[in-house]
Amino acid sequence: MSEKVLMKGNEAIAEAALRSGCRHYFGYPITPQTELTAYMAKRLPKMEGGVFLQAESEISAINMVYGVAGTGKRVMTSSSSPGISLKQEGISYIAGSDLPAVIVNVQRGGPGLGGIQPSQSDYFQATKGGGHGDYHLIVLAPSSVQEMADLTSLAFDLADKYRCPAMLLADGTMGQMMEPVVLPEPKTGTVEKPWAVTGTQMKREHNIINSLYLSPEVLEKTNFERYKRYETIQEKEVRYESYLMDDADYCIVAFGIAARVAKNAITALRNQGLKVGLIRPITLWPFPSKAIREAADKVKGFVSVELSMGQMIEDVRLAEECRRPVLLCNRAGGMIPNVDMVISSINALKNQVEGGR
Amino acid sequence: MTTQILIAGFGGQGILFSGKLLAYKALSENKELSWLPSYGPEMRGGTASCSVTISDEPVGSPIIDHPDVLIVMNLPSLDKYESTVKSGGMIFVDSTLIERKVQRTDVKAFYIPSTKIAQDMGAANLANIVLLGKVLKDCPAISRSYIEEALKKVVSAKHPEMYEMNLKAIDAGYSYN
Repeated sequence: MSEKVLMKGNEAIAEAALRSGCRHYFGYPITPQTELTAYMAKRLPKMEGGVFLQAESEISAINMVYGVAGTGKRVMTSSSSPGISLKQEGISYIAGSDLPAVIVNVQRGGPGLGGIQPSQSDYFQATKGGGHGDYHLIVLAPSSVQEMADLTSLAFDLADKYRCPAMLLADGTMGQMMEPVVLPEPKTGTVEKPWAVTGTQMKREHNIINSLYLSPEVLEKTNFERYKRYETIQEKEVRYESYLMDDADYCIVAFGIAARVAKNAITALRNQGLKVGLIRPITLWPFPSKAIREAADKVKGFVSVELSMGQMIEDVRLAEECRRPVLLCNRAGGMIPNVDMVISSINALKNQVEGGR
Repeated sequence: MTTQILIAGFGGQGILFSGKLLAYKALSENKELSWLPSYGPEMRGGTASCSVTISDEPVGSPIIDHPDVLIVMNLPSLDKYESTVKSGGMIFVDSTLIERKVQRTDVKAFYIPSTKIAQDMGAANLANIVLLGKVLKDCPAISRSYIEEALKKVVSAKHPEMYEMNLKAIDAGYSYN
């Protein structure tokens, strides 16, 4: 195993991408993810076959990603919230053309230009579409610098396996913080991509990369076929961390930095004698609905801790089928809920549950 | 054991660098750690802060609401963070730049004119490191061990002379009484 190094989250993503065989990066700088772009600018031109290009805009960058993805090469772009909004058209085209690509969103407060401090308010955009049409992204939510690296590696693998774009949904704290990280070993083998546009050598039929289907019958068929793959992803690729849930009376649901705050709150609450656990979605799509549904059989209620006005809470409620109260503990616009806030929310939940007796 | 350290001052004073040095020291000691900078439009002249958590166990939140150790290099930072320090915690003050005393009586306060000491050494930009030397001396949770290893990782290989200067600055703070 390689040794632990100290890295910023943004740099860990970049290094993990290179080690996953990504040799093409297109982006445009934006706080708080610029270190990722800078790292790629420094490293890629020195690597064999490496291409780094700072595009003139986010729209341009995502369309360069579209182009490279069609050739079957591993390719990445990254940005932060407003930039990701600009990329949505291209993301929809990539999904509509069934191409693998990795898109990183190190979120900041919104809407609009918003601010530059951390946020999770692009949850809806990432998990429910963002661009137009029937499609999903595989959405991975790292909660440590180690996961920034590991999930980047996983994002490339899943994108290739299911021929769909995957998004790493991080936030400003994850991007800016440094933690020890063991980087993934460089990968050698590549996935077979018989669909890629690589030149026929006059030996095979043309491969066509396209998202335009003027016949509604054909377009419907491609959508149904794509959703078959999404079903497989939902069956096989759900990932989450279950933390102190075995004896829990109350369950916090949180991802990314919010889950880190929640863990500290759980330690404090357990010291007070309250049995609280955490379900931390690692895949936001597919969402760990089953784990939350099963938790609802045992716990008295849920608190969704979010850096938004309450977005994931809708998926929590759908998952637990409205059987238990679900409270929201949130800050927005670049603010982060602190440990005391989470403790207060659990106490409020407890009062609500016990008040009915 | 978990120690939460908050370092704060003006941008340009080396607040993040001090934090990095502590982070690399913890890494050399094979401890768990997190290093979280304030980021944003707060370069030279604005306020900067850096949260470093060092622990024997995996670090929960990297965000520090109530530090065990507060290290301050300007008055606004002392005003802002004094009340947040844990009872029984420690506050380290650059007394060249901050004239007032710590008002809390339930924390230990340490004063060192680190900016003056650094200026007298001919290295005004190392006041942060002089102050850190004092922390290494007086904070039982953060020993001096592995500081050389950490310095080697943090100081650019292109400027080996800076390594010696930094080490001198640490010693100056460490030996100040």
